[in-house]
Amino acid sequence: MIPVLLIHNGGIYKTNKFQAPVYIGDPINAIRLFNDLGVDEICILDIDASKKNVPPNYKAIEDIASEAFMPLSYGGGIRTIDHATNLFQLGIEKIVLNHVVQNDTEIVNKCASQFGSQSVVVSIDYKKTLFNGNQCYDHVKRKTLKMKVSDAAAFAQSSGAGEVMINSVDRDGLMCGMDVDTIRGVSGVIDVPLVVCGGAGNIEDIQNAVHAGATAVAAGSMFVFHGKQNGVLINYPEEEQLEKYLR
Amino acid sequence: MKYEVGVINYGIGNIKSIANILQKIGANFVVITNPNEVNNCKSLILPGVGSFDAAMKRLENGDWISALHNFAKVECKPLLGICLGMQLLTIGSHEGKKNGLGFIDAETVFFDREKMVERKKVPHMSWNIVSSEKENIFFDSSKLEKFYFVHSYHVICNDQKDILTTTHYGYKFVSSFSRDNIIGVQFHPEKSHHFGYDFFIKFLKDFVS
Repeated sequence: MIPVLLIHNGGIYKTNKFQAPVYIGDPINAIRLFNDLGVDEICILDIDASKKNVPPNYKAIEDIASEAFMPLSYGGGIRTIDHATNLFQLGIEKIVLNHVVQNDTEIVNKCASQFGSQSVVVSIDYKKTLFNGNQCYDHVKRKTLKMKVSDAAAFAQSSGAGEVMINSVDRDGLMCGMDVDTIRGVSGVIDVPLVVCGGAGNIEDIQNAVHAGATAVAAGSMFVFHGKQNGVLINYPEEEQLEKYLR
Repeated sequence: MKYEVGVINYGIGNIKSIANILQKIGANFVVITNPNEVNNCKSLILPGVGSFDAAMKRLENGDWISALHNFAKVECKPLLGICLGMQLLTIGSHEGKKNGLGFIDAETVFFDREKMVERKKVPHMSWNIVSSEKENIFFDSSKLEKFYFVHSYHVICNDQKDILTTTHYGYKFVSSFSRDNIIGVQFHPEKSHHFGYDFFIKFLKDFVS
């Protein structure tokens, strides 16, 4: 179970269907709380970097990494081997490649051969379309692409990704349950670990995703909101609860 | 002795995350880049990521080998090897041609997928459970203790008495060893949140002092 924290204007935000970011809090504070809660892994995604076409904000990432006493993955603005090298030196365990992959799969291959495929995650955003099933989505240009999510996942694996992450745009921020059909479909076409994101609202949702073939579940809202009014509260299930549902 | 612990920076490995966790638990530590500085430290941590030969070469070129030998084998002061730092304490590794430090009678080998009951991916990159194989001050066998691992090679001890913990990944392997003042851990306590804090606290409180 991996909390995903979206960085926007230097703070942590949570989106709804990839839009309308709501301010959650300061990244360092959130990381400290997640340390105390004993999370398995944290994923930090800078949702501005690719849109603004800027490299990762190393200073901010260094500050976050220095407080993260758990494995940390980072995505946003990684376009070159040098970007990736800098990130690994700051103490990041895995890099997440998303937008760049649409134009340049070579980067996946290069990163995998230099740093090992276990450190390279390819993340794919997708949307359900009326006639064509699940198609990839470009969050920078805000449009759906022709490629299907399962084809993109298989392609990511063959390009050298050691892990594939799929993210349902339609379910982002809704805590409405996970897209088990798509998870089942995608897990059938790849051998590398599959991380799924979008729609998780409680531990049963996560259990369902795991039964459908997910290796791990990433979520934003579930770990930062609490109660009917969605008050901001950093939370993570107790070890005993995880044991009961997931092991 | 000015510092409880010195973290050896020989140009390889992620020194920063180890320094961060020592800071977090309030340790009196220093990052050292010169072998002369070992005399300021009550104990040493040898980190390491990357390849065996590249790391040994760095140790040779930086004149670390005799300083480490003197510290750990002559003066018998506490030394902790982490990940590749543990493997460097062995006689040698299948990963390279160079001799290791040889402080522990053990060898470093590649994960043998043929031997695995269930074929697992290599590298082993995940949280995993450690089980104590002898009485020790670090791990509590009555509790479930998890640490974060990232490695393709693991250690085989020639003397079974050196095995501190084992872990299952396709088969049972040595996840830490100890002999007298020397300890090596294959996992990353610096990336294992409260299990890691406890580990470093025990290292400093019970092993070093």
